[in-house]
Amino acid sequence: MQYEEIIHRCFRCGYCKFTSDYNDFNCPTYRKFRFETYSPGGRMCLIRAWLNNEIENSERFQEIIFSCATCANCVEHCVFTFGEDLVNIFMAAREDLVNKGIIPPPVRDYLKNINISGNPYKEPAGERGRWAQGTAVKPYEGQEYLFYVGDVGSYDERGKRIAGAVSNLLTKAQVSFGILGEKEICDGNEVKTLGEAGLFQFLAEENISVFKELGVKKIITLDPHALNAFRKFYPPLGGTYEVFHYSQVLLPLIQSHALPLREYRATVTYHDPCYLGRHNGEYEAPRKILHAVPGLEFVEMDQHGENAFCCGGGGGNFFTDILGGGDDAPNRIRIRQAHETGATVVAVACPQCAKMLEDGLKAEELEQSLEVLDLAEIVTKASA
Amino acid sequence: MKDIERLLAEIVGQEYVSTAAEERYFYARDPGLMEPHAPDYVVIPKSTDEVQKVVRLANMEKIPVVPMGAGLSLTGLAIPLKGGIVVDMKRMSRILEVNEMGRYALVEGGTSQGALKAYLEKHHPRLRHSIPDAPPTATIAANVTIHGQGRLTQQYGFNSDLVSGMEVVTGVGEICRIGSCALSPDWFSKGAPFPDLSGLFLGWFGATGIITKLGVKLYPRKKLRDVEIFVTDRGDLVPEMVYEITHTEMAEDILAFTQPRPMMFKDNHHVSFYITGDTDEELEFKRKVIWHALDPYIKSKDGGFMGIPPMMKPVLLESPQRSASKLAYVKRGGGFEYSGPIVMLEKYPECTQKLEELAARYDLAYSGMVRVIDGGHAVMFAFAFAFNRADEDMMARTRKALKEVSAFVLKIGGLYWKPTVDEQRLAIQHMDQNTWKLMEMIKANLDPNRIMNPGNWEVY
Repeated sequence: MQYEEIIHRCFRCGYCKFTSDYNDFNCPTYRKFRFETYSPGGRMCLIRAWLNNEIENSERFQEIIFSCATCANCVEHCVFTFGEDLVNIFMAAREDLVNKGIIPPPVRDYLKNINISGNPYKEPAGERGRWAQGTAVKPYEGQEYLFYVGDVGSYDERGKRIAGAVSNLLTKAQVSFGILGEKEICDGNEVKTLGEAGLFQFLAEENISVFKELGVKKIITLDPHALNAFRKFYPPLGGTYEVFHYSQVLLPLIQSHALPLREYRATVTYHDPCYLGRHNGEYEAPRKILHAVPGLEFVEMDQHGENAFCCGGGGGNFFTDILGGGDDAPNRIRIRQAHETGATVVAVACPQCAKMLEDGLKAEELEQSLEVLDLAEIVTKASA
Repeated sequence: MKDIERLLAEIVGQEYVSTAAEERYFYARDPGLMEPHAPDYVVIPKSTDEVQKVVRLANMEKIPVVPMGAGLSLTGLAIPLKGGIVVDMKRMSRILEVNEMGRYALVEGGTSQGALKAYLEKHHPRLRHSIPDAPPTATIAANVTIHGQGRLTQQYGFNSDLVSGMEVVTGVGEICRIGSCALSPDWFSKGAPFPDLSGLFLGWFGATGIITKLGVKLYPRKKLRDVEIFVTDRGDLVPEMVYEITHTEMAEDILAFTQPRPMMFKDNHHVSFYITGDTDEELEFKRKVIWHALDPYIKSKDGGFMGIPPMMKPVLLESPQRSASKLAYVKRGGGFEYSGPIVMLEKYPECTQKLEELAARYDLAYSGMVRVIDGGHAVMFAFAFAFNRADEDMMARTRKALKEVSAFVLKIGGLYWKPTVDEQRLAIQHMDQNTWKLMEMIKANLDPNRIMNPGNWEVY
């Protein structure tokens, strides 16, 4: 296994589980399961034990390894230099398990669906661009930006509404962009984080080939997970682009009044998506957008920025749901944290987070007092 | 076994009971060098009521019960030597009360040091507790159970001295209140003016019962805090230097350390002292008083103040110090272990000599660190060795060095702090036998079935 030579270096000190001020445990799997085995230090210990044949690849072991949300809280707070590779180590362990073919059924099904249908929803490729029908959104034909929508934005009802909101704003601000529609292929971020390196490489090379054929240079992503794949995993395979999260494109449009905003009265808190924040260092653009909305009162959750608590959807869990269920499911904890601020809206910048938190909202029965809105939906309300 | 698991699940909920190989593997060991022993069950209770039911079930079935905080003692005190049930306390993590005027906090038995620190900083910024340099996941209750030390130990004593009340589940499953809370709604004293029963549980490592609630004394948090380091190449003078600093009564925490790396530290002894104040004037006054106390050593050219690089100061002022955990990275191997006997201050030179001798003999990376306790009535001297977890030979050499420390401690009249089982047995052999009989009587009464953390404080 890759990283095998450093896995013994973990001291199990537990800094990785916390926020930087130690306010609370911030590892979503540890918060849900509460056994030390589900913490980063527990995983490191067990992976080593498994490699040394001291434990077997059981269903429990698979749950421990595949429940990790790859949120990178551990990377952020580990005191050792190897900490930067913690998520990579867990991904490498998954890769080993995938290669041995002994993985949890939901992971198997997710990978199988991607392999067969090119998306986790088992929907035809021809349906990918259906969300854009009847809008002004054009196919990509050499415009300045490719708007890469991704699986959730293309097929999930909640995701489609967010994709629509973003594309409407881009159109309104006269941004030159187009979509791939049926030519779009899964970006592969979750395939990679779930350990299917071969399938990821296939998807990435297919995308790179399409991008090359169409002359794509700049990409706007709806989903921070796609942003992460394009920025970090594609360049070694020859796919180097200028990649932006849509919030990074909307902000200058708002600041330059290309998207003029009117009053929108609400108390709003913001949930940092792990793949936008900790993985790609973008904490400010979404906040600046919210601050730019007249009448909007912004409140922070205690656990924000690099200390943000994950919604539990990362690392493939959005699709596999290994981390879901129960009072301490991460999406429910996060909704409780948002509710504690007194906010009436929790803003998100990721379709996966939106869906996860809406599920959390329902489970907590807080729909009457709190609403989950994507940044683009808030800006749409303010520009209506 | 299935029946016990079912009964435990009825108490704490199915999702918080495990007999899985993964939990049995992990909870069998701590980050130190002790031999692993697997539990049969791991449970994570949420309330005193659940802890009580677990202990009562364990009594009926004669199953060992081992309470665990973060499991960071490094000396195996939460390793279930005889199997049984490990009770991971960390779901009991509520901060129940902070009495600002009475300066105490009431927390549940699994509350972490980090959580209380963060809570006080946010809600009671004029108060602090004596936080140790253990990682912040260490629990407050486990720390007092092992007579831990913290940032306020120099001023006020062991963290166990700073307890202001306890709720415990005894070895027979009775819930008992210790201290003022036995009679009063307030948690301001662990004993006085009545008989202090806290000693029935503090220092026992869970062998007499489980702390489910804990009152801890809080102290003023001054607005300003600073650190100075006095350096000398005369290890023999360190005790009197520390004595002079403690005489001023100006210092918050006083530490001394010696280590061979980086090169600037080699062959030197560093006495670091922390000062606090609400104003610059207060801070400067304290600084000058201590400077004056150490001035003779500067004049005799036996020492001087070290210029602390700007990058180093935040590291030294941090609580807990993350750098303490980084000793585990010295050999890029994820391990360090230390023996930290409580010894008289005057033993510092002998201890450093022994440490260097052992490090040379066993070819180990080392660090020696002293924390002054209660104005210098004693110190904790940490014989710390870093090891590589992937290097069996280095681990064996570290074990041998630590075993020699155990013998050395008795020789210089010291006491083992958080002793390993072997050290406990050495202590039992060498202590006044009437003292041991008294301990046996306590154990027999509080845990007649000998199910509480068995193997600890016993000779069987």
